[in-house]
Amino acid sequence: MIDKKSQVSLNEGSITSQLDHVNDFEREPVPASRTKGFKDFLALVAGEHIAGTEFVIGPLFVLHGVSATAVIFGLLIGNILAVLSWTLFCAPLAVKTRLTLFYLLEKIAGRKLVSLFNAISGLQSTVFAAFMAIVAAGGIVLMTGLPNQSFTQMQPSHFSWMLLIIVLMALITFISISGIDWVTQFARVTTPWLPWIFLASGIAVLPQLGVHSLSDFWQVANTKIWTGMPAAGMEHFNIWHIIFFSWLANTALHIGLQDTFIYRYAKRSWYGIASFGGMFIGHFMAWIASGILCAAAIQVGIGDPTPAQVAMIGAGIAGGICVIIAGWTTANPSLYRAGLAVQGIFPNVKRWKITLLLGIGATVLGFFPGVVSKLDSFLAVFALIAAPVGAVAFMDVYLFPRLGLQQNYSYNNKGKTNWAAGGSWVISIALSYLLFVWLKLDFFFFMAIPGWIIAAISYVLLSKLMQGKNEQAEILIRVR
Amino acid sequence: MTVVIKIISITGLALNIIPALLTFNDIISFDHYKILMLAGTLMWFLTAPFWINRNQQKGV
Repeated sequence: MIDKKSQVSLNEGSITSQLDHVNDFEREPVPASRTKGFKDFLALVAGEHIAGTEFVIGPLFVLHGVSATAVIFGLLIGNILAVLSWTLFCAPLAVKTRLTLFYLLEKIAGRKLVSLFNAISGLQSTVFAAFMAIVAAGGIVLMTGLPNQSFTQMQPSHFSWMLLIIVLMALITFISISGIDWVTQFARVTTPWLPWIFLASGIAVLPQLGVHSLSDFWQVANTKIWTGMPAAGMEHFNIWHIIFFSWLANTALHIGLQDTFIYRYAKRSWYGIASFGGMFIGHFMAWIASGILCAAAIQVGIGDPTPAQVAMIGAGIAGGICVIIAGWTTANPSLYRAGLAVQGIFPNVKRWKITLLLGIGATVLGFFPGVVSKLDSFLAVFALIAAPVGAVAFMDVYLFPRLGLQQNYSYNNKGKTNWAAGGSWVISIALSYLLFVWLKLDFFFFMAIPGWIIAAISYVLLSKLMQGKNEQAEILIRVR
Repeated sequence: MTVVIKIISITGLALNIIPALLTFNDIISFDHYKILMLAGTLMWFLTAPFWINRNQQKGV
């Protein structure tokens, strides 16, 4: 789930050399000599989509009362659509331009709009850091015997929870400020190990649910795991929720085009197919495994299991370690990235001050463990914000030359802000929201694709309008 | 030396999946499975840092 290649490591102690690495072709196309073959991509993206969030999402499906058919087929279809989004949208554009989305956007929309989008991404990362700190704290609570904290309850039930969050977030903030190099290196060690914990736990608890051979699985899946009955206070999800969730949970990365960061190094445009490995390990196997673990927890009387309870039921202490590590190694780079992103809007304020403020904000959010149960809604809102950005870049690269419109407007007009891009972003989000309300939908993810289409159409129309006016103004100046 | 360390790492990973299959087939108990999972986890984390980041630095 987490965009691990953006877990850029910066160490204050060796800032020059690290920045050299970070700025590798950030403002120029990747040269052909530096492109990579398919095998490299397969290895690179296979472990990309497995993190602490997987312990939250699998159980969410169970608690939302999804049926077994809906989960299996929904995840199958949704993940294939996600792979196709990488293969048909993100990777081809990345190979064609060989630029990162952020530099491409700067050329299209101008620095101001990019900074704004960056800052919103930064705030998203802050919230994400808080979510992951909560997940890790849940693991610590269980391993140390502190009073247990329910994640379906919004308010903290013990003062010790708040104290734990303060200590954990202080540590995360300190590391994010002083350098996360070693955390990033540690995360690389955990990546090959994590999928096995999910897979092993999922298999090992099956006998407890009554599965003793493969032929038992389907019946138990329908009667004990994904029963189709939502938990109290949870909305009912069907196959469409699962398809759209699994397709669009990574909207920002595929149709939002942020993965151009990595695919600009691809030798061929079809390398997007490499995302298949990551998707089916992280968003198929791991979600199914954590769903099975959630059912095992419910069976032993834990009605609203925390990710740590889920993991420890499946793998004992190894599961607890897994939750703490997965949560912490995701929270740290998220807060670090947030600091960097928000600094784009306040370039004169030191990064450490911004990261500290965001860390305090994440700490306050972490006091409320129930926010974790809103992870799906949170991801959906960000999908709605990120989708139009990808649409603008996609239209600018592929359709504008055919329509005779000027590409890279800001770059070709002395850094002027491209209000057609900004306008289409706002129109897309506003119209998507109105449509969501009007159609009385219950899931924001349903609006990410319409949002992408609205942004694409409105960007072309507004650009025609804006560029037409500019041409008229130029003709008038020449006549005078 | 690196080869030996890598073998220990991979054995650790194997200990993170094979016991689950043995538990599923009722060959070992769930408690034994959990102990072996912890052993595998420790073997992985005590050895993998010595070679994995060296390999990663050669990547994209």
